[in-house]
Amino acid sequence: MKKLFQEFSKGIHKENPIFGLALGLCPTLAVSVSVINGLGMGLAATFVLLGSNVIISSIRKLIPHKIRIPCFIVIIATFVTIVELIMAAYFPALSKQLGIFVPLIVVNCIIMCRAEAFAAKNSVGRSLFDALGMGAGFTLGLVLISAIREFFGAGRLFGYVLFENYQPVLTLALAPGALLVLGLLLGLSNLIFKKR
Amino acid sequence: MKNKLIVSVSPHLYSGESSARIMWAVTLSLLPAGIAGIIIFGLTSLWVILVAMVSAVLTEAVIQKLRRRNLTIFDGSAVLTGLLLAFCLPPAVPLWMAAFGSFVAIAIGKQAFGGLGQNIFNPALVGRAFLLAAWPTQMTTWIKPWHNFDGVTGATPLAESFTGVSYTDLLIGNRAGCIGEVCIIALLAGALFLLISRYISWHIPFSFIATVAIFTWIFGAEGLFGGEWLFHILSGGLILGAFFMATDYVTSPLTNKGKLIFGFGCGLITAVIRIWGGYPEGVCYAILMMNAASPLIDRYTKPKRFGAR
Repeated sequence: MKKLFQEFSKGIHKENPIFGLALGLCPTLAVSVSVINGLGMGLAATFVLLGSNVIISSIRKLIPHKIRIPCFIVIIATFVTIVELIMAAYFPALSKQLGIFVPLIVVNCIIMCRAEAFAAKNSVGRSLFDALGMGAGFTLGLVLISAIREFFGAGRLFGYVLFENYQPVLTLALAPGALLVLGLLLGLSNLIFKKR
Repeated sequence: MKNKLIVSVSPHLYSGESSARIMWAVTLSLLPAGIAGIIIFGLTSLWVILVAMVSAVLTEAVIQKLRRRNLTIFDGSAVLTGLLLAFCLPPAVPLWMAAFGSFVAIAIGKQAFGGLGQNIFNPALVGRAFLLAAWPTQMTTWIKPWHNFDGVTGATPLAESFTGVSYTDLLIGNRAGCIGEVCIIALLAGALFLLISRYISWHIPFSFIATVAIFTWIFGAEGLFGGEWLFHILSGGLILGAFFMATDYVTSPLTNKGKLIFGFGCGLITAVIRIWGGYPEGVCYAILMMNAASPLIDRYTKPKRFGAR
């Protein structure tokens, strides 16, 4: 049990996909304009990660080594299609906001990395907790970045206006802001977790 | 006899020059332009300059304290960054914005890269670019000269057209614009001082300004070879940028050949932005882009060792 918990917790701090492994930065930079977007993206990726990790680890002995990447892609794409359709049906506004980045989860580095490096080698139980941890870490990182960007870049949180007469730092809402915030948070997390 | 033979490693000659002296010399050379700006736009510009300088020095001190480095706020580099940033801000900019710009310039433009000598981009221009992207309205609201108290707004000559502003007006700074860029004569006096005392070399300013002149002459108007190149040199921030910002030691190439290429690139990007771009002025972005390219330029213009093939 303790080992399973370790698989979960490593995804949140030590091997956090965004701040530890620096994976999946493309959606991180692109959709982290508002907390709702960040949360939606994070949860969608977590769902796909969960599904693909469990399926891949359960049939890992059946997949021929030479064509494993195409097999992974087919499995991942199935779950991405499910997420995409659910999102379009129940959260049409969010689906419109995230746009191309939901289908692009298929080629998300985090999911490919966990499939290749973890699920293809480990048992179903461990892969499940790994997926949960990685997904939680990714979601947390996305929410953190998008909260900072939405707060300073638009003066809002979860879409609610926080201050009257606030002159937002537009730079943070634009693309360079994503890079700046990500860079500063990366530095901060290195300062905290990798004390030399 | 034994004591007279001193064995030591190089350097054996010491000129007394230091980065602090260079920084203070550049600051000094900017004073005339600053005073001219204060006279032209009124006391508000003095406050902008002071706030930007104080904020830059404070930011530097706090971050160096946090990074447990020696305090080097008296070497003039932070003061100079604040001053240069204030020089490329509109006179009517809110004071908190100037303070924030200096904070970004020092914290993100300089200290995040490791402090003086490590920064890739000119810190003052990083601050300005950040402010321009963050608050475009306030950063492009200009006041007309000599309207100190009522703050009549007016466009810069570059944003309008070259009609209505004479070359004399441009030379003495009788136009709307940023605090430090308007009075060309004062800027040139400072630049002359830097050139004569050899703090800067002629390469970057010459190729920068010449390239802008040539390209705006060729493409500046309808048809070829009809552009008002002198207007393009004298308006906007070209003189300030070419002599005082592009020549920053840290962010420009080392060799003379490299400096000429650097200046040409700056001039080319400036001209392209001014003639075809969405912004009326391009000096800031041109210098920032070429800053990024200067390590590459250094690499390709490395002088050959004596005897090497």
